[in-house]
Amino acid sequence: MHDSPITAEHNPALRHHFSDMAQQKNAASLGMWLFLVTEIMFFGGMFCAYLIYRLAFFNDFSAASRSLDIRLGATNTAVLIGSSLTVVLAVNAAQSGNRKRLVTYLLATIFLGCVFLGIKAVEYKQKFDEHHVPGPTFDFEGEKGAAEERPVVQGHAQLFFVLYFLMTGMHAIHMIIGVGLFSVLTLLAWKGHYTSSYYTPIENSGLYWHFVDIIWIYLFPLLYLINRHH
Amino acid sequence: MSEHKASIRFYLGIFLTLLVLTGATAGVAYVDLGPLNPVIALGIATIKALLVALFFMHVYGTSERMTRVVIVSGLFFLMLLLGLSLADYATRAWS
Repeated sequence: MHDSPITAEHNPALRHHFSDMAQQKNAASLGMWLFLVTEIMFFGGMFCAYLIYRLAFFNDFSAASRSLDIRLGATNTAVLIGSSLTVVLAVNAAQSGNRKRLVTYLLATIFLGCVFLGIKAVEYKQKFDEHHVPGPTFDFEGEKGAAEERPVVQGHAQLFFVLYFLMTGMHAIHMIIGVGLFSVLTLLAWKGHYTSSYYTPIENSGLYWHFVDIIWIYLFPLLYLINRHH
Repeated sequence: MSEHKASIRFYLGIFLTLLVLTGATAGVAYVDLGPLNPVIALGIATIKALLVALFFMHVYGTSERMTRVVIVSGLFFLMLLLGLSLADYATRAWS
């Protein structure tokens, strides 16, 4: 069993059950997209519940939505879009095999992810202080002099906040997982695990990050921007 | 997926477009457009999601047909979930 040409020369990152790097990459990418499709359906269930209750209790949902801080929400949207940019630049750096730029952009992504979570924590703190968190101490008056057609029903407003905390909470958990993921990637990238011919983990983690970004792109108008113009 | 290296300037352009759209969606929410408000809000969100998916996630230019099938099937089932549920709940005259 001397060195046959097949086993002797191949990319060290190529697993032996794939015929070449392109096939291995396609398989990994397909698997990642399959996972993201399950994530679409997972969040889809929550979006569906939200839409049904928003239709049923629009008056209370719009009053509760207006109690959210739109400036913090919009800032967080911008931060998340910025982190998507650093992710795509990290993938770009990996493609060119530039280790320093790769590590820099990965760290920038982690930083922006943490900024997002920090702002989210401030928002949650406000909601706890205002007793807008669903539970025995829940109390939602609606703003004074608000132009609501009917008085706010506490239970229906509470339902909005249940969905708000459920959806933004699940989103935040995905962000925390993403930050953990990118921390590992940074370490491995620093050690030089990724080359211009093998950076699939960077690319697939990037897909995950962008997906979480897209979820927020829908959460922002749905949760923060109901009937703002009153 | 084959190599699809776009320039950094291109990514910056997409990023700026996304920021402008975010500002637009927050701004237009304060204008009373009646039933059009949620339509515009979701329309802008969908444009943003498309920009992210096509250019940041590199769906545009992917050579892999299976990946496209998976993405489209995911969206199809999401539409099935939302569409059929709302077709029920939104048309209940008695509730």
